[in-house]
Amino acid sequence: MHLFIEQLLNGLAMGAIYALVTLGLALVYGILRILHVAHAAVYTVGAYAGLYLYGAFDSLLLAALGSMVFCAALGVAIERFVYFPLLKYPPYVPLIGSIAVMLAIEELCRLIAGPYILTFSAPLPFPDIHFGSITISATLTAVYCVTAAVLVLLWYITSRTELGLAMRAASQDMPMADAVGINSHFVITVTFVIGSAIAAVAGMLVGIYYNQVYPTMGTVPAYKTLAIIVVGGLGSVPGAVIAALLLGVAETLLIGYAQIPLPRDALAFIAMIGVLMWRSEGLMGSK
Amino acid sequence: MSAYVITIATLIAIYAIVACGLNIIVGYAGQISLGHAAFFGIGAYTAALFATKTGLSFWYALPCVLIISGLVGLLLGLPSLRVRHDFLAITTIGINFIVEAIFLYIPFFGGALGIGGIPRVTLFGLTLKGIGFFWLCTGFLVLSLAVCWWFTRCWAGMACFALREEEEAAAGLGISPVRFKLLAFVTGTAMAGLGGALYAHYMRFISATDFSFPVSISLLSMVVVGGMGTLWGPVLGALILSALPELFRPLVDYRILFTTTLLLLMIRFQPGGLLGETGFLRSRIAAWSRGGRR
Repeated sequence: MHLFIEQLLNGLAMGAIYALVTLGLALVYGILRILHVAHAAVYTVGAYAGLYLYGAFDSLLLAALGSMVFCAALGVAIERFVYFPLLKYPPYVPLIGSIAVMLAIEELCRLIAGPYILTFSAPLPFPDIHFGSITISATLTAVYCVTAAVLVLLWYITSRTELGLAMRAASQDMPMADAVGINSHFVITVTFVIGSAIAAVAGMLVGIYYNQVYPTMGTVPAYKTLAIIVVGGLGSVPGAVIAALLLGVAETLLIGYAQIPLPRDALAFIAMIGVLMWRSEGLMGSK
Repeated sequence: MSAYVITIATLIAIYAIVACGLNIIVGYAGQISLGHAAFFGIGAYTAALFATKTGLSFWYALPCVLIISGLVGLLLGLPSLRVRHDFLAITTIGINFIVEAIFLYIPFFGGALGIGGIPRVTLFGLTLKGIGFFWLCTGFLVLSLAVCWWFTRCWAGMACFALREEEEAAAGLGISPVRFKLLAFVTGTAMAGLGGALYAHYMRFISATDFSFPVSISLLSMVVVGGMGTLWGPVLGALILSALPELFRPLVDYRILFTTTLLLLMIRFQPGGLLGETGFLRSRIAAWSRGGRR
């Protein structure tokens, strides 16, 4: 039983990390209808920036803030120079552009930081928690708390502020939003800032959680988060979060308890195709 | 020609065949596919299994390879009837990952070791290697181009164009989306299977990573760079994208960065492809054929 609970806790952490990476993707898809594959590259850059800043300032908070600012700038640059000029073309054009950006950034990371796995050992300012025989490590607590904080903050911004109202309006009908006086390009920029800053946090968290930072750490999330936003219903943020948590738990439990010869990444896609055939608009999507 | 040039040229011809198949699905029928390497792999693995397990010669196995990859294309093309656009793009990415995982983890397909010892192709008692195999591939490429050309001229091709432009309107005119989308999928995947069979017999050793997702990306890039929905676009794209990494070989460590940056610049400034409607090369060729007058 206690093994099961530990598996469940690990699965939840996995799902929380997926949710953090997927949030930016779901936000961007919601507003621009672009599959922002390069988001995973922003996440890799976030982990590297966090690692270097932590080495320089020796403060996790400063490192996180710096990394968020850097990634937000990177995200806005991608939006300005790649996506915005390509919006008038069919969706596969920005998608290929996005994949090219992702590969180029991955290569830059490899060339600048080297191809090896760097360690990210940062002592967290709180102890492990014990419940009888079950231990919740400090990193696990950090993953839960940060994810919960980000989700609450995002919920607050999108549903309780004027900016959130503008974001929702622009994602429903951009020309109409323009007509009623919303600066939709500004809203797009803000969306990229929020999404990329969350990706930076996710990158640092993953780096600390696995104690690893390497150039290709974004490859698997890049495509798996696509599966997650499809299952959640393209563009639906709550759907994406639920799908991410479900996938994290399901993957961990399946790998732990069932003898399946396929790796977990393939399972995610099989689950995705199953959901699509059953409900082609995703779990929380609308037709 | 040196052996090095022949090797590159043979691979270009094989990739051009596969890219032509992808062009039928993406360019002619307008169904985005990001998992074409899966069908390339299915062709290669079928050919390799026939050659190593049953000992059938390339020529007897080839029809079976084409039929099997076409049938798998039919099966995996079924999602395209249910989902469209971005959903289809992600579904095909998923198909690619699943097929690669099956090749890599199921022992029947050789697992991580792949399949080795695939014999060379013989024709009239002659073992084809080097320049001989290059001409064989070129022959098949010409055949594929002929099929593509015929496809754009026949009724089925016209129906596909109509579906690509406006599915509801075409369906209203009595064109069955199911029938013609699946026809495009079957033709395109059978062509990928042909390319795969040639690849397996040329490399004589295949493993799952030869058909991974990045290969799908480069195949789609070939079609996009050359010009979607044009006859010669995929060939030009295969030529450019296979030759460039070789030309940039002296750059060693910066090679991948260079080719991805080039792809990015291409898609940013010439998204219709070099031979597409507003493409750079197309306007040059048009100006030249009018005697240099604009």
